[in-house]
Amino acid sequence: MASAGPALQPPAAAIVRPRRESTSSWPLVDRLAYWLCWAVGIGLCVVAVGIVVFMFIKGISALRPSLFVESPSPGVLAEKHSGGFLDPLIGTFILTAIGIGIAAPAGVGIAVWLVEYARPRWLARAVESGIETIAGIPSIVLALFGLLLFARPLFAFLSGSASNGTVGGQSFLNAGIIMSVLALPLVVGASREALLQLPARMREASYALGKTRATTIRRVLLPSSRTGIASGAVLGMGRIIGDTAIILILLGTLKLEGAGGAPVLNTLRGTGSTLSYYIYYYAPSGDGNSPQKAYAAGFVLLMLVLALNALVTRLSKGLSLGTTTWTAKR
Amino acid sequence: MSAEAFPPAVPPAAPPHPREARRQRHAAQLTAHRKEAARDRRVEFALGTLAAGTLALIAAMLVTVLVNGWPSFEANGLGWFGNSGDPVLQFRAMQVGTALPGHPLLYFSAWPLIWGTLLCTIGAVVIALVVSTLAAIFITEFAPLPVRRVLEPVVRLLAGVPSVIYGLVGLLLLAPWVNSLISIPRKESVQYVVQLSGEGLLTATLVLTVMILPIMIALISGALAAVPATWREGSVALGVNRWRTIWRVSVRAARPAIVSATVLGTARALGEAIMLAMIGGGRPWAPNPLDGLTFLFEPIQPLAASIVKEFGDNPNTPIGHTVYAIAALLLFSAALLSLAGWAVRQPLKRYGIGI
Repeated sequence: MASAGPALQPPAAAIVRPRRESTSSWPLVDRLAYWLCWAVGIGLCVVAVGIVVFMFIKGISALRPSLFVESPSPGVLAEKHSGGFLDPLIGTFILTAIGIGIAAPAGVGIAVWLVEYARPRWLARAVESGIETIAGIPSIVLALFGLLLFARPLFAFLSGSASNGTVGGQSFLNAGIIMSVLALPLVVGASREALLQLPARMREASYALGKTRATTIRRVLLPSSRTGIASGAVLGMGRIIGDTAIILILLGTLKLEGAGGAPVLNTLRGTGSTLSYYIYYYAPSGDGNSPQKAYAAGFVLLMLVLALNALVTRLSKGLSLGTTTWTAKR
Repeated sequence: MSAEAFPPAVPPAAPPHPREARRQRHAAQLTAHRKEAARDRRVEFALGTLAAGTLALIAAMLVTVLVNGWPSFEANGLGWFGNSGDPVLQFRAMQVGTALPGHPLLYFSAWPLIWGTLLCTIGAVVIALVVSTLAAIFITEFAPLPVRRVLEPVVRLLAGVPSVIYGLVGLLLLAPWVNSLISIPRKESVQYVVQLSGEGLLTATLVLTVMILPIMIALISGALAAVPATWREGSVALGVNRWRTIWRVSVRAARPAIVSATVLGTARALGEAIMLAMIGGGRPWAPNPLDGLTFLFEPIQPLAASIVKEFGDNPNTPIGHTVYAIAALLLFSAALLSLAGWAVRQPLKRYGIGI
């Protein structure tokens, strides 16, 4: 019996079944469902390609180099003289920088606490569902909350105040802070996943060398989960770039308008806009109603989003929506 | 041998006894260790405070938004949720500052907005539920590798497209097409009540569906992929074909994920403001299902879109109070939905299918 043992072992090579089995033996309903799945999958591609191609064709035909270097002049109705989107483009970069500059450290900190400390247990569970709640809060409500918060005299230093002492509550700093709340759940989620995937032996090895938790986190865990953290930050940037509601409430002027004071602070405390707001303004439903401008800015915005998307894909090479194997695994 | 010959021994300045040295070194190490431990505790405390700050933020948000919206609830009572009068006139009265005859300045009834929200949200979620389940099955089970390599970036792209671009595409691509579907007699039959322009319930619902699809697909396909292979293999070994196996085993096991995807999709749809403000039709109107097909083309202005449309920039005006009341309603629905989503996901963790 013992000598026959090895012979009973399965062959070393995995038995690979064809990826697509024949569906000819299936009942009609099952076959219909199978083809419906294909139809839905192809439909999704058609929708995505449709959106991108539409924006490409319309955008490229509307794009002029001058649009990039001219400031918008919102009062002018004639399309020729209403300027470009230089200010919104600068505003987009400023706002993304502020937003992710706050969201990334805060998000990573929260994720580290959730994974590495999480004491007391009830607080950790509450924070976990709190992050999820924040992810579900509409950005327009966040913006309204921000307006209410930053219009208090306490936060007057963040935005310009009128001559009669009332605080406007609208500035790049305020919008950036609220944007960071918008991006926070994405950063926390991605960093948390990345930290959870680190094998326990990395922590144990560091502890065995007599390192404290804080040192372990800073020197071992964070460096080895940096791709996950980076992809979370990029996702957050995508969210910030695309949001319009917060700009509408907390910024809302097409041109950069400073609020007095030092040169850089002047802009940060002042108002302006981003590309997304520019599109909203010049869409047929908005005040500007000049679709050519909206198409051109939409094309640029879509390019930025696609670039960020590509970056996420590069960062998270192994990460995917998941699949199942129907081959026998040995 | 006198005593002088042996002077009293001077304590030597020699190095301490090895045992003593070891004790001192140990004490120094202990101090260093204590310092490090204290630093560790400080780090833990700082990070914990940061994390708890998110809870404080949510609490502050719930309180301040509700407090600023309270005057509107107070002035209207339960009538706030009712259907009395045209919100267009009510909003205008508040903007101008002259009350409608026989009513307070804050007079407002939100039913057309709530109804519009319910219609487009439920419509979009129902369509998206079917489509995203099928799409998730396709991605995890049927799609050949090259197709899957295309589909994953596609889903990620759809998730990343800003809502203002969805609005633009809906406005300039889909709405004209829907408009061409509406016959002239249909438009004329209602032209004294409401204008049909292609921007309305149908267009808004379709675009909203596309917007909530990606997150639902991601959640459901994640759960489908995490169903243990042995469960499916058991079914296949019994001679059940692949579709039946997927439907009866995988989808069944992933049910909590499907519910939680639905909840998340609903939250996303509820909060969508910009796109719906762009292509909702620009008028608070409660489409009536009794109107037959016309129903699909009637304009809507959901709650979130109304904030975008009507709000200026001062929270402490009549319109401000009304808008904050709408925001409070949205905020509480969103908080309830995420609590529900979190509760629904708990059974999955028991199987180790965490998401």
